[in-house]
Amino acid sequence: MTMLTALARAKAAAAGRAQPVKMVRHVHLAERPLVLVIAQLAGEACAPLAAIAGDDRDKPRLLVVYEPRNRTQRFQFAADLAEIVLGAIDGYAPDPGPADQVKPEPCPDAPQILVPNLPTVTFLRHLGRSTRFRRVTGEYAVPEAVPALGHWLSYYAERTEVPRSALMLPMTAALADHWVTGQSATEDANLGALLGWIDLPPGMTGRDAARAAEDPVRCPPAGPATDPAFDKDVLAPGLEAVRAAAASGDGLRLARAHTAMDDALRAQLEPTWALMWRAADLLRAVPAADHVERRWTDDRRSFTSQVEWLRGGGGPQPRRDSAVAAARRLARLERDQQRYAAERAYDDPLVMAEYRMTGEAFGGTVIAVDPERVVNPTGKRLLLRPEITVETDEPVLFAPGDVLRSPARPKQKAKITDVKARAGRTLVTVELEGAMGRKLTPEPGSVPALDEEVTYTSLTIELQGQPPRFPAAADTPWTHGGPPPAYVPAGEDAPEGQEHGLALDQFTPEAYLPSDADADEDWS
Amino acid sequence: MRGKDTGWVEARLDRLRGRALPVSHNARTISALAANPGCPRRALLDASGTDKQKIAAHTGFPAPFGQSPFAIARGNAFEAMVKDNSADLLLALLREHIGLPIPSAHYHDLNDVGGRETVQVRHFRTRQLLSAADPATHTMFDHPLLRLKVGGRHAYLEPDLLALHHDGRFYVVEVKSFAVIDGQADPAKVAAAAIQSAVYVHALRDLLQDEDRVHHETILVAPKDFSNRPVATSIDVRKQLAVLRRQLDRIASIEDVLSGYPADLTFDLAPDGQGRPGRPPGELRKAIQTVGANYAPECLATCELCFLCREEAAAETGALGKDVREDLGGIEYVARALDLARGAVPPPEQAEAAVQLMRAAVLRERVTGEAV
Repeated sequence: MTMLTALARAKAAAAGRAQPVKMVRHVHLAERPLVLVIAQLAGEACAPLAAIAGDDRDKPRLLVVYEPRNRTQRFQFAADLAEIVLGAIDGYAPDPGPADQVKPEPCPDAPQILVPNLPTVTFLRHLGRSTRFRRVTGEYAVPEAVPALGHWLSYYAERTEVPRSALMLPMTAALADHWVTGQSATEDANLGALLGWIDLPPGMTGRDAARAAEDPVRCPPAGPATDPAFDKDVLAPGLEAVRAAAASGDGLRLARAHTAMDDALRAQLEPTWALMWRAADLLRAVPAADHVERRWTDDRRSFTSQVEWLRGGGGPQPRRDSAVAAARRLARLERDQQRYAAERAYDDPLVMAEYRMTGEAFGGTVIAVDPERVVNPTGKRLLLRPEITVETDEPVLFAPGDVLRSPARPKQKAKITDVKARAGRTLVTVELEGAMGRKLTPEPGSVPALDEEVTYTSLTIELQGQPPRFPAAADTPWTHGGPPPAYVPAGEDAPEGQEHGLALDQFTPEAYLPSDADADEDWS
Repeated sequence: MRGKDTGWVEARLDRLRGRALPVSHNARTISALAANPGCPRRALLDASGTDKQKIAAHTGFPAPFGQSPFAIARGNAFEAMVKDNSADLLLALLREHIGLPIPSAHYHDLNDVGGRETVQVRHFRTRQLLSAADPATHTMFDHPLLRLKVGGRHAYLEPDLLALHHDGRFYVVEVKSFAVIDGQADPAKVAAAAIQSAVYVHALRDLLQDEDRVHHETILVAPKDFSNRPVATSIDVRKQLAVLRRQLDRIASIEDVLSGYPADLTFDLAPDGQGRPGRPPGELRKAIQTVGANYAPECLATCELCFLCREEAAAETGALGKDVREDLGGIEYVARALDLARGAVPPPEQAEAAVQLMRAAVLRERVTGEAV
């Protein structure tokens, strides 16, 4: 947060409606995103209760687990969810075709998943973690699609850590990036309340709308946590009715109990389903920033390599990164973060304004131009080096010799040759180099014109320097645990713990279960 | 001030609470105090044992908290499981984790027996047993009842387990049912468990009158991954202890806080024969508002009165977050910050912030074309 955003927040609080803090949209939004809203059973590490999912706002698909503590039903839920998620993924990953055919690279598009909030991402990460090591044969076999779902959920959840990625978007974060409200960031984590400020219902202030959305009866939580009162008053009796009906052996009674659960959970999830599409519409209405397309291409490339990894028989992601993989990943994320910040500033004058506040950029008017200035430093060749002078009332922290860039002409370097103060203002003279054509007269428009409003900054969107180099996994130094043990998948896929040399088969969940196995069963 | 007649304080606190029975502190409420030490409203309500939940509901701002019956059931089931069979599973875990002696595994159940004992008796039993505890023969104490004086009132605290190491030191063991997945758990839950354990460490040190006999590392026992297998993790709570001590000292000086308010101030709900509150909500709210609050968005997770305080603080920049207030140069009110941004003449102490605010406003207007 900076003073500009803080000021916008203050204005939102006073005006009773959200204020935009971005001029353009910085995330990709798919034509047909896959929207996923999840409810989980309270108290359990990762027990899905229900989901509403799909890529058609008029046809949400509801999945309900009638006994969330039952292992078989949990995996059945995972299999059903796999049908939806893998179905969407398959639609984007074209058939490889004959081996000699040239493959499109990367996939022309990738499936985008929209979820309400960060806790849902965490839930999906855990669901991925708890399913990707499962075996599809043998004693604790799960439906075939389950480990594949686990792989994809783990992949998508992990991609949310990549700053430039939009493969999976938590909507509260995406909205809060583009608008600020008159409430705190803590309260913004509630999708309904956040939307209340951004998209005011008629006759209400943002504050009223947000307060109304905080009432779990009027606006059920966006998941994965459910409302405790709902758990007590609706869910507990509902689950009990299902259990009693199942015990009675009366098929009709069981069907009725299931329908009652379906209705109750649909009523909990459907309001969020509607909010999700409303949020997507709001974001889509903002014009996309220039770099969005390029970032999405990186997402498509990453998605494609996952498809190929799986098609090549690749195993599940390890439980933890090895030392080298972790260091490499961290370095990549850091570089990515810097680049992302610069791209946003170049694309969006309101983001650039933050850097103007801190002196990392300044904006002003061109008051003098020498477009055909040439220099001959070596005496061998004339070089085109136009010079312009910019007048600004913003503080300038740069000094002669500093090399700046302008978002309007990102490929052109501007080296400061002179900075002087005049009547409370600052005159900055810069020498321009590059992106002006090959002749000794610049291409039209390649040099800022007189009276043009320009911005110059020390930020660059090109990656600076070489990426750090890391040893191969086999050369991991002893300080970092030495080379990691080789990954040996057992048969079709590796059981949990294999990479640590533990044989999962020696561990039977039943040995640790209390007598009421059904109430407290093991996911593993 | 300390030398003053403590009866005076007691009487004032009783008057504040009114006819209701005092709500006692527990580890959770004590740790919540540490979350917002500068709030006189919370300090007074807690010191007097006033039921904040009821007060909040009666003024029309019911607390947003509740716990799912499934979460409670899961927590109880997990604790029961690890303590089953004289806590075999726990002992195995603690042996490995802190090296509890293998041959002399003793287990003392200090649980309430069918609600027949008063807290005083249970606490007395705990006191006796712990004071005389011999590391050679006593190993684990299940649900001992500790006592801590908070704001002039005894709070009874019940840790899940105390383990006595053969070197003579006690370890506080906290059993939680949130999962530790691949060595990681929800940071917020771990933080809450850490401060809760720190409360127990503090109370136990108080009981034994010996700092060194209670280890500053507490042990969190939680399910591993997606299973029911317990896993033990050490948490160093020295930092939490320091915060807690500072906080408790502050509460101890509750008489200083009290002396700033009228002697007839009360949060009494004036209940009728059925216990239904009969006091006009507006009047109650006025009484509450006599005592200033120090609202921050963090209160939303810890204090029953948060919605009421939030409503009052709507005009403050702090209600938008501490970081927002700081970014606005520490200006306290939203309207004031906006006035300064629009060019109002600042008093000297706000001059620096005003310059920045005006710059921000000008920049925003230049880019968006819309005045702030």
